[in-house]
Amino acid sequence: MKNKILPVTVTFIFIMIFVTFYKGLQDSNIYTPETSSNNEIPAFSVRLFYSNEIINSSEIFDLDQFYLLNIWSSWCVPCRQEHSLLMDLVKNKNIKIFGLNYKDKKSNAKIFLKELGNPYEKIIFDIEGVNAIELGAYGVPETFLIFKNKIIKKYIGPLNQDSIEQIKQLIK
Amino acid sequence: MLYSVIGYYSLILGLLSAIILIYFSIKNFQNSELLDTNILSFSFLQFFLVVISFLCLILSFVLSDFSNETVFNNSHTTKPLFYKISGTWGNHEGSLLLWLLVLTLFILLFLIKTKNQTIKYKILTLVFQQIIIIGFFIFLIKTSNPFNYLFPVPEEGLGLNPILQDPALAIHPPILYLGYVGSSIIFSSSLAATSLNMISSGWASHIKKWVLISWIFLTLGILLGSIWAYYELGWGGFWFWDPVENVSLMPWLALTTLLHCILVLEKKHILTSWVIILSIATFTLSMSGTFLVRSGILNSVHTFANDPERGLFILIFLFSLIFLSIFIFFFFHKTNNKDSSSLFWLSKETSIIANNWFMMYFLSVVLIGTIYPIFLDVLSSQKISVGPPFYHKLIIPFLIPFLLIMAIGPKLGWIKSKLLEKNHLILFLIISILISAIIVINFNSNFLLNTILVSCALYLFIVTLRESFNKKYKNISQNISHIGFSLLILSILLNNLSSSEIITNLKVGETFEANKTKIIFKSINQKEEKNYKSIKGTFIIENIDGIKNKMYPELRIYNQPNIVTSEADIKTTLMSDKFIVINLVKNQEYFNVRYQVKPFMLWIWLSVVLICFGGSMSFFKKKYEK
Repeated sequence: MKNKILPVTVTFIFIMIFVTFYKGLQDSNIYTPETSSNNEIPAFSVRLFYSNEIINSSEIFDLDQFYLLNIWSSWCVPCRQEHSLLMDLVKNKNIKIFGLNYKDKKSNAKIFLKELGNPYEKIIFDIEGVNAIELGAYGVPETFLIFKNKIIKKYIGPLNQDSIEQIKQLIK
Repeated sequence: MLYSVIGYYSLILGLLSAIILIYFSIKNFQNSELLDTNILSFSFLQFFLVVISFLCLILSFVLSDFSNETVFNNSHTTKPLFYKISGTWGNHEGSLLLWLLVLTLFILLFLIKTKNQTIKYKILTLVFQQIIIIGFFIFLIKTSNPFNYLFPVPEEGLGLNPILQDPALAIHPPILYLGYVGSSIIFSSSLAATSLNMISSGWASHIKKWVLISWIFLTLGILLGSIWAYYELGWGGFWFWDPVENVSLMPWLALTTLLHCILVLEKKHILTSWVIILSIATFTLSMSGTFLVRSGILNSVHTFANDPERGLFILIFLFSLIFLSIFIFFFFHKTNNKDSSSLFWLSKETSIIANNWFMMYFLSVVLIGTIYPIFLDVLSSQKISVGPPFYHKLIIPFLIPFLLIMAIGPKLGWIKSKLLEKNHLILFLIISILISAIIVINFNSNFLLNTILVSCALYLFIVTLRESFNKKYKNISQNISHIGFSLLILSILLNNLSSSEIITNLKVGETFEANKTKIIFKSINQKEEKNYKSIKGTFIIENIDGIKNKMYPELRIYNQPNIVTSEADIKTTLMSDKFIVINLVKNQEYFNVRYQVKPFMLWIWLSVVLICFGGSMSFFKKKYEK
């Protein structure tokens, strides 16, 4: 009897470790900035792409309507793919599309917009990627649907036809 | 495109040959007079298939074939050829393929090189190894296929993280993997030996070569990783107790302990349980390293891919192996009751056992520091991170007895002995305490602790050095490794004691004066390179004697992906390193300048090389004797 205690204990300990690791895997462990949980857009100052003026983030999405904030960059290949969808969506009158130019060279970004068209009403110029972090973004491309200064839906990764349909449903 | 297809199907055929191998092994195991030639040829075939698959991936990288998802994610046409090739194993999928390559290579070598052991033992080792190999094949094919096809074919890739574009890091993973995977052979063969109840001195001297070879590669791999962190990350340190670093340190501690246990087992039939448990621990720690790094369960500066599905697979696989080994250990291993009773307190083996316990203690400190945050997160959803102070506080005090035992232990004989040359040992101890006190008194830091630490390391150095002259060539490899270790501890201590740092913000043309040094920011140059833009500053460092040094720290702005890295300019001399790094300050013409003088940096690298050198000498020496 005595020499059975050890194997059982060891097995038990390892089962415990297994369960803990297993549970650890279930939670997403990607560091999520605090802001993403309470959806309110935090206040921070941003620089605008063309005019170069500095304004407060809360002044951008202040109107009582839907906004789409698209985080993009000229070096990001998936951004290129989703861009045509944004060009389509901009025809919809119910929504305003804003861009956040993430860690980009201004000249490259301008060429990008010249080639593929500019669906953005305003563009935030985020050369250090700080604004994107404050908004709780994971990377590029990423798109937020915003209403009354609150993020109501996040699209991580490039938009596709389905997500565009979903957005159209939401803003009806 | 073509290469992806060839690579993918070679992987599937490799998996098939693993299953065939197990079938032949079971057949051969029942009547085991001769090793079935099919086993050897299929092992070779399997290795060959994995080599083909690996070459295909390299070719896809070289040709920038962006229809391959792995290439698309990690390469770019403008990247230099060297980094295109090293990009093959710089990512999750490629690195697993490399694991598999080394796994199959090692089992093939094992089958060819093992001559004096029974056929049953060889076959059983092969079976255990094939179980591991099958696990990796399925993992690779199911969750992280390196040959995924992309359509439409993108025109350009996303690029390799510039931080990974460094020569030391390009060869770091393969070397480290040789060490990790080498431990798989130790794992399989110790399980095989346990089941056949043949853990003995003969087995110990047979497996010792494998332990040594993995140990050498693991040590070198850790060294390269550390050199990379020092030169590339630009944080001005060589070890950060980062989870990913710890994960490579843990198997090293287990393997080092195992090496010493094997040495004892070779001479005397004790410590069998130690050997088995450590063999299992070394490999499972390497595997859990892969799990922790690859599943994204850890938050670390160099976290790689985050994919829970992969994590789940490794987790289940890892624990199946653990439960299998627990079962074999408790079911087959018969402990020898004479084991501990025959130990005399003053003998070589007692000192080895004592230090083994210290090593186990260090191992558990690192283990707890690494996985405790995960446990806390799961059980109470608190996020903490464990930093260097934790490790320093818990490890450093115990280095004192550890170093002392390490100095005296080798002087003792096996089984039972008297302490010879007592006077010499005491004299050396006094000398080292005096020397260290003189050294340490110059620095205004914790005098007592530092003196004791430095003198212990110095003591180990002097005693070992004298021994290597005294008994000529008796155990020179051990002496070299131990001298290397004492030098390592010494240089780390002195490095910590006498490093100095200046941090300031400077504009071009400005001068910063500290009490001993003057930093002049001369000019700045911009240049376009192949895949990045370089901003190079010219600094003149003038020290108190009026000696001027020019230094050129650099900022690199990579275009694919868009990342800024700072390349420190490091002037290495024998006695100290001068280290300068610049960073951009937000929206201003100022640069953040960090200048450090770090003595004995070179000695840290050299002493690790010395440790490895001792190991390789032992490896080759044993070969000649046979």
